[in-house]
Amino acid sequence: MVNENLVKDVVKEPYKYGFVTDIETEKIDKGLNEDIIKLISQKKEEPKFLLDFRLKAFKKWQKMKEPDWAGLGYKKIDYQDIIYYSAPKQKEKISSLDEVDPKLLETFDKLGIPLTEQKKLTNVAVDAVFDSVSIATTFREELAEHGVIFCSISEAVKDHADLIEKYLGTVVPASDNYFAALNSAVFSDGSFVYIPKGVTCPMDLSSYFRINSGDSGQFERTLIIAEESSSVSYLEGCTAPMFDTNTLHAAVVELIALDDASIKYSTVQNWYAGDEEGIGGIFNFVTKRGKCLGKRSKISWSQVETGSAITWKYPSCLLLGEESVGEFYSVALTNNLQQADTGTKMIHIGPKTKSTIVSKGISAGNSKNSYRGLVKIGTKATGSRNYSQCDSMLIGDQASANTFPYIKSQQPNSEIEHEASTCRISEDQLFYLQSRGIEFEEAVSMMVSGFCRDVFNQLPMEFAAEADKLLALKLEGSVG
Amino acid sequence: MQSKMKESDPILEVENLSASTDNLPILKGVSLTVYPGEIHAIMGRNGCGKSTLSKIIAGHPSYNITNGDIKFLGENINSLEPEERSQSGIFLGFQYPIEIPGVSNLEFLRVSTNARRKFLNKEELDTFDFEELVKEKLEIVKMDHAFLSRSVNQGFSGGEKKRNEILQMALLEPKIAILDETDSGLDIDALRIVASGIKKISNAETGIILITHYQRLLDEIEPNYVHVMSDGQIIKTGESDLALELEKKGYEWTDNFIKET
Repeated sequence: MVNENLVKDVVKEPYKYGFVTDIETEKIDKGLNEDIIKLISQKKEEPKFLLDFRLKAFKKWQKMKEPDWAGLGYKKIDYQDIIYYSAPKQKEKISSLDEVDPKLLETFDKLGIPLTEQKKLTNVAVDAVFDSVSIATTFREELAEHGVIFCSISEAVKDHADLIEKYLGTVVPASDNYFAALNSAVFSDGSFVYIPKGVTCPMDLSSYFRINSGDSGQFERTLIIAEESSSVSYLEGCTAPMFDTNTLHAAVVELIALDDASIKYSTVQNWYAGDEEGIGGIFNFVTKRGKCLGKRSKISWSQVETGSAITWKYPSCLLLGEESVGEFYSVALTNNLQQADTGTKMIHIGPKTKSTIVSKGISAGNSKNSYRGLVKIGTKATGSRNYSQCDSMLIGDQASANTFPYIKSQQPNSEIEHEASTCRISEDQLFYLQSRGIEFEEAVSMMVSGFCRDVFNQLPMEFAAEADKLLALKLEGSVG
Repeated sequence: MQSKMKESDPILEVENLSASTDNLPILKGVSLTVYPGEIHAIMGRNGCGKSTLSKIIAGHPSYNITNGDIKFLGENINSLEPEERSQSGIFLGFQYPIEIPGVSNLEFLRVSTNARRKFLNKEELDTFDFEELVKEKLEIVKMDHAFLSRSVNQGFSGGEKKRNEILQMALLEPKIAILDETDSGLDIDALRIVASGIKKISNAETGIILITHYQRLLDEIEPNYVHVMSDGQIIKTGESDLALELEKKGYEWTDNFIKET
């Protein structure tokens, strides 16, 4: 049908962040072995406990097998063909932003994340990560006045070793899965956030991850700790240049919420997705998990996943504290030959715990988009509740959408609700909007954002607008 | 008859129009001319091609024009996109208005209205100004403001959907409105509201085509012309009394016209 083809045209959108920054970098040799890990640790001047943590993880990883249960199709990754540390060359110690290579500042400028004092975003503190290292973190002093620590994890290892030693790997143990073990062995940088007792973080915190190098992997690690009665909203954005090779990105994010604390973690993921033939793109194998340790604590994940050749990601919540709350709001858009296998695990351990899952998958082109989730209610989680809603939208007739909800309840005194739906943008709907003067592209994007509304409503304001724009961009293109 | 109307140029000219869908011919040479201020009624059995005619005028992509032309304000619009037709002033009131989950009715109406205003070189309205305008137009169809915050047509009753169509017509101020069975599924009160809405919106500058099965709408809005369609053709044209006769005698009566032709 005519419109089917039009829809296909509309979802073609050139990637706007595909440029490469030409900058001198310090890279170590390709390959992975104990010496490489020691070298990374040495470069980062890490304490012994962390080197031990890495080496132990590496041993575990060597014994593990790459998971294949998601049924994702990709060429086997050669882990010896990856560079595990790549950093732009710059002075050893940077005391102010003036000393940061202007090319780096320019890169982030171009990405819409200005870092300099004059231009920086006013309502959000940013930690900018370029390949393996953090370049700059804005508003640090202002945040420090409130006792909030926001810095790169490398700095935290030096300045707050006690917190790192206490919490690192307690939510996602090194042995958790293949990619988490790999990350634990070689992680380079990432963000660290500590919100002290009783503090509501005065502004949103944000990390922006930029992959620049084509042959190095990115293995960032993020740790967020919210002490009793504190709260924070954290945003994460990602882009990468266009290469015709695949770049591995295996991150680990750990969140810990103590009594009455709340953490809201929002992601807009726009890694390079590869071209129409599926050449190139990021392999995004990420482990994100939050632990609601305290009573009435709350962890809320919201994500808009639009990039990457492959996304394998299940932001989860361990609900230990009594009456703790876990939430997962997700929009995943796939096009061309992208594959996304994403969802969440809500593990109810404590009594009266509550979780909400809202997942919206949009598949266009020849892409494959799956929701995979687990809701588990343990024996002690009496009076717990879960509500899940998983909706899929198909654009065109070549895309596929799947839903794999796993439910395990060991507690009869609990409630689990699951709703699922699949829809297709119909020609009649498009015609109706068009016959009211609304252009084809806008009609498609209106319906897609309408479909995602429940999730966008959960995003922080400036992020919601960005996400809406991003989807519109992805869906925009040359019509007719 | 109404010769003074014809001093101006026609709004719509359908000339010997044939069209098909999936290679199945639906329209077989339809001609119809509408001048400003005229109200035309098209009647006929289900499947005679009435709805198809209206969809083709609005630019539905499922139909192919195999012969003939559609002219709007003197310009051939055969190849215009549906949105271009709407922006330039063609309005189709749907027989079955489409539900669009997740898209707020208010936002939909605003985007739609602004698309038309942009075409007319009028200033586009922000949310506040649009609120004012829409409030005024809601009066015409006696709709509650609450309808605006719901998704487009979702969960609307049959009558509410039709009133939402007339609301759109009121906002878009089209040059020509084709109302496809706007009266079907309405109770008497709703019919009156819809009919009086149509009358309020139409004026000496606009043309209206009412596609209907029933006399009761034509009791409220008297047409200048009544056309009877059968098997993809207009087989008879008359004045408003033709509808009355049709009501009395039924469509079987029209079968004889085909034999005559």
